[in-house]
Formats: sequence, C-alpha cells, structure tokens
Amino acid sequence: MIKRVFLKGKLVAKTGNEVMAEAMRQIEPDVVAAYPITPATEIVQIFSQFVADGIVKSEYIAVESEHSAMSATLAASAAGARAMTATSSQGLCFMLEMLYIASGLRLPIVMAEVNRAISAPLNIHGDQSDTMGARDSGWIQIYSENSQEAYDNMIQAIRIAEEAKLPTLVTTDGFIISHCMEVVEFYPDADVKAFTGEYKPERYLLDTKRPYTLGSIDLQDYYFEHRYQLAQAIRDSKDVILNVAKDFEKTFGRKYEMYEKFMLDDAEIAIVVIGSTAGTAKAVVDELREKGVKAGLLKIRVFRPFPTEQIAKDLVYVKAIAVLDRADSCSGAFAPLYADVVSSLYAAGITTPKIVNYVYGLGGREINTKHIAEVYATLVKIALGVQKPANQVEYINVRRKK
Amino acid sequence: MSVKMIEVRWHGRGGQGAKTASLLFAEAVLATGKYIQAFPDYGPERMGAPVQSFNRISEDPITIHSGVTNPNYVVILDPSLMESVPVIDGIGTIGKVIVNTSFSSDEIAKKLGIDANQVYVVNARQIAHETIGKDIPNMPMLGALVKVIGTLDINDVLENTKNKLMTKFRHKLEVINGNLLSIKRAFDEVKSC
Repeated sequence: MIKRVFLKGKLVAKTGNEVMAEAMRQIEPDVVAAYPITPATEIVQIFSQFVADGIVKSEYIAVESEHSAMSATLAASAAGARAMTATSSQGLCFMLEMLYIASGLRLPIVMAEVNRAISAPLNIHGDQSDTMGARDSGWIQIYSENSQEAYDNMIQAIRIAEEAKLPTLVTTDGFIISHCMEVVEFYPDADVKAFTGEYKPERYLLDTKRPYTLGSIDLQDYYFEHRYQLAQAIRDSKDVILNVAKDFEKTFGRKYEMYEKFMLDDAEIAIVVIGSTAGTAKAVVDELREKGVKAGLLKIRVFRPFPTEQIAKDLVYVKAIAVLDRADSCSGAFAPLYADVVSSLYAAGITTPKIVNYVYGLGGREINTKHIAEVYATLVKIALGVQKPANQVEYINVRRKK
Repeated sequence: MSVKMIEVRWHGRGGQGAKTASLLFAEAVLATGKYIQAFPDYGPERMGAPVQSFNRISEDPITIHSGVTNPNYVVILDPSLMESVPVIDGIGTIGKVIVNTSFSSDEIAKKLGIDANQVYVVNARQIAHETIGKDIPNMPMLGALVKVIGTLDINDVLENTKNKLMTKFRHKLEVINGNLLSIKRAFDEVKSC
C-alpha cells in the first residue's frame, strides 16, 4: 500500500514533464521565456496553459529560439525577476553561449532540463550528452532518478540558485522519466510557496535608487578574479545545497544529499551512476544482496558542484567500482563521470579501488537489470583479482567490431 | 525484481488509444493503493503504425526504469498485429494474452502457437461500435484486462475512469457513459477456453 511522506501530501499519477510544470506553477516565477523541444515540450506547453488560463501571474515570453529563451530569461533575472525556463538537447546546445553569461553574471535562473541525445544522427531519446556538454558552464546541475525527485529538486533549486547566486538546472532522463507516468506526492501550494519564499535580489538593474553595471568589459585587470569567484561560488554552493536539503527534509520529510548511498557502507563492489538507471540498478543490488554478494550503489544527485572530498571517503573501502556514464566524451580518454570520480579518489590519496568505466544507453538504448547484473558480475571477478580491470572505456549493449 | 510486480504490454496501432489505455489503467490502479508505471514506446508517430505501451503494478515502490521484456499480460488491440509484430515475445508459458477478436481462444492459441489457457478473447471492436459508436477498442480492452488480472475492483476502475473522463468530456455525457459501458461489457464478456 502506498504511503504518503508529508501529512498534507497528495498522491497522484503524473509524468516527469507534468511534475516539472506543476513545480513551476507552484513556484510561480515572475518570468518564463521558453522555446519547446522534444522531450521537454510538455513542460512549456502545460506551463503556458497555466498562464493563458490565468492560474499563474507569471509573464510568459514566447521566443523564437533557445538562444533567445536564455537571453530573455537572464535579462529578466538581471532586472530583478525570478525567472525560469525549460529545454532539452539541441535547445541546450543552442543556449550554451548564454549559459556562460547567466553564470558569469551570477543570475539565479532555474531551468528544467530533459536529458536527450544530441544530433547527428537525429535522435530524440534519453541520454545525458546535453547537460554533460554544459558541465563546465558554471551552472549547478541536479539530476533526478524519478518524477518525485524531479519535483522535489525543482522546489529546492529555486532556493539553492538564489542563495548561491548561481543558475541551476534540474534534469530528468528523456522519455524514460519525462514521459513515464508514476506515483508522485505533491505538496500543497501554500507549503511550497512558504518553502520557496519571495525572491529579494541583493542588486538588480531596475533598482533605480542603487544603479549598477552588469556585464561590462573585463580585461586582464579583473576578468580572472571574477572567473575565480564563479569557480569558488560553485565550490561553496555545496553547503547551500545541503542546507536547503536539510530544510526540505524538515518541511516535507524527504531526505536529499549530494548523492545517495544505496547499500554502500559495507559494499565490496559498487556502481556509480546518474539518473533513472540508478533505480534499475537498485533492483539488481537487492537481488545480489539476497545471494550474499556485497554489492552497493552510489547515485550522483548533484553533479555540479561535484562532491569530490565526500565521495572519496565513501568509496575508499570498495574493492571494485564501475562508473556508468550515459554520455561519451569522445576525448580519447574517459567519460565525464569517471574522470571526476577517479580524480576525486586520487586527489584524496586513495588508489586501492579498481575502477572501470562503462558508457551505456546513448540515444535511449535499453539498459536493463540483465546488463547491470553483468557489470556487477565483472566487478566480482575484478575484486577477487581473477580479472584485470579494463584500462579503457567499455560499452554496454552496443554492436561493434571486436 | 519483486515477485509481486505485474507487467503489462499493450500492442495497438497509432490512433487506437494504446497509450491512453495504459495511462488510464495506471491511474485507476493507483486509486486502489498500488504503485504504478505507465509509459509508451515512442517511435515514429503516425496513424496505423504498430505502437506499444507498458504498465508496471506493484505493492512496493517500483524503481526499475527499463522496458518491459517479460510481460505477465499482453493486450492486443488490433488482431492484425498478430501477423506482423512478435506479440508473444517474452511471455513464456505463464504470460496471458488478451486479444480483440471475434475468433475463439482456441483458434487464437493455435495461431500464436501457445497454450489455449494463456489466451483470452473479447470482441472489443463490436463492443466499441455498440457503446461508443466508433471502432476505438482501448476502453473495452482495459475492462478485459481488469477482469483477467482478477485482483482489481472493476467498480474502482469505473469510478476513476469516470472522474478522469469528466475533466475532458463534461459537456458530452454520452461519451463518458459509452466508454464506461464499454469497459463493463468487456469485463463481463472476455473469455478463455
């Protein structure tokens, strides 16, 4: 039987896109500027319907492209408004120039992002290549395993962005979550509004009593300091994210951290993964535990900032680790998550775990319990020392010449 | 995977409402206090093309987010799909198939090459014509599925579907009544050997 976590919560059957739009309705930002793109289209479509029906007082700006969507959103934010948008894939790519400007100007925009493959070849299905391509843009990145997390992450993102003065994006896996109907617990409007509060920017362009300049030229004399401050703000935002999560748990009862540990504390083998596949992997961990295999899982929730010191402490005793990336870097080296996990461990002086890298699920390619069980089976062999860990990226469920 | 988890695969053609049926089915099951998932298989979307949609139902939270490969129940909205789509994939010797057809379950079993006690039949096309006035078989097939699963209360399903349809068709009560009647009739008329 389904249980509620929040006393006043309401259990509903909703898709990932519907919960993103619902969170936006409850947050009721001053401005939303967006351009629809599969599979994020419904978020914008549902929200614009709220605007048309007078359900929200938000100003909705229909723009002609994602580049303009981000330009309008960041301009609104600079003017002092609480501003949001939503996009996916090619849309995020087209925004990239403006993403750096939003973070460089320290504007607390919140964006719903539905993870989708990038062309070419044309593909509308789920993988994380789009946000991984924006991972160094100075945005906080929060990933969701399911619709409940997407809803909860959106509500927290507003507070995180505004307290850290950093733009923040919240993702779901395209189609796998965005179009999957699941049970979600919604909280009443008044409780969400009380949690997100009112946006009171410290400085804003329409503050005529205290005029200031934003986005001026910044050459050899100050540019470096400002970019350093941005990098430092990302580092410092870990505390903001954890404090908001604590407050969220106190208010609504659901616990969030930088990452989730699932059966990890005594694990000898573990998978590190982001997004919906973590849920599929949990079912495999449960099966392995029943057989006495000490398998565990670490699910990254916040990828930017990367929880580098903390993750090293939690993986130090694991004998063999597989880092699963739903994006390839085409770098000749390793995929994005693997690079961050390994450098985090090495920087902490931890070199004992054997760590392998798998790329999976590009363009929505199926990843099921069988595939994940095979990875754990390989980890068992590596942990026992009967198989040498691969020294290059491995691929799951792909056809190729050996 | 939890042994208590039920997995359903819907086969239809674009326009027959396979996706809508799986969503409505999930909402109705949620109302009975179970965890649910409903998700379609998105391909090129065009009228008449083969489409699939899926459900998971469980007493426990569902964390798996992969495709359904070993369904407990397969619902076939269009009998012609039996010629062109591997509809019995993954059902093994215990999965049940529910077919919209005027043929008997014995005849369908022979056609599909499976045991007759795995097959249920209902003439959803005729029911839809008589109740809704259109050949849209998704609602009757939903009723048939509820009957074959056996652990769900048809009255809960009818009540929930009514509430859902009210939001869209509140000015067309005949549409709502026709759909509800089609669910009930298929629930009563679906049969095995």
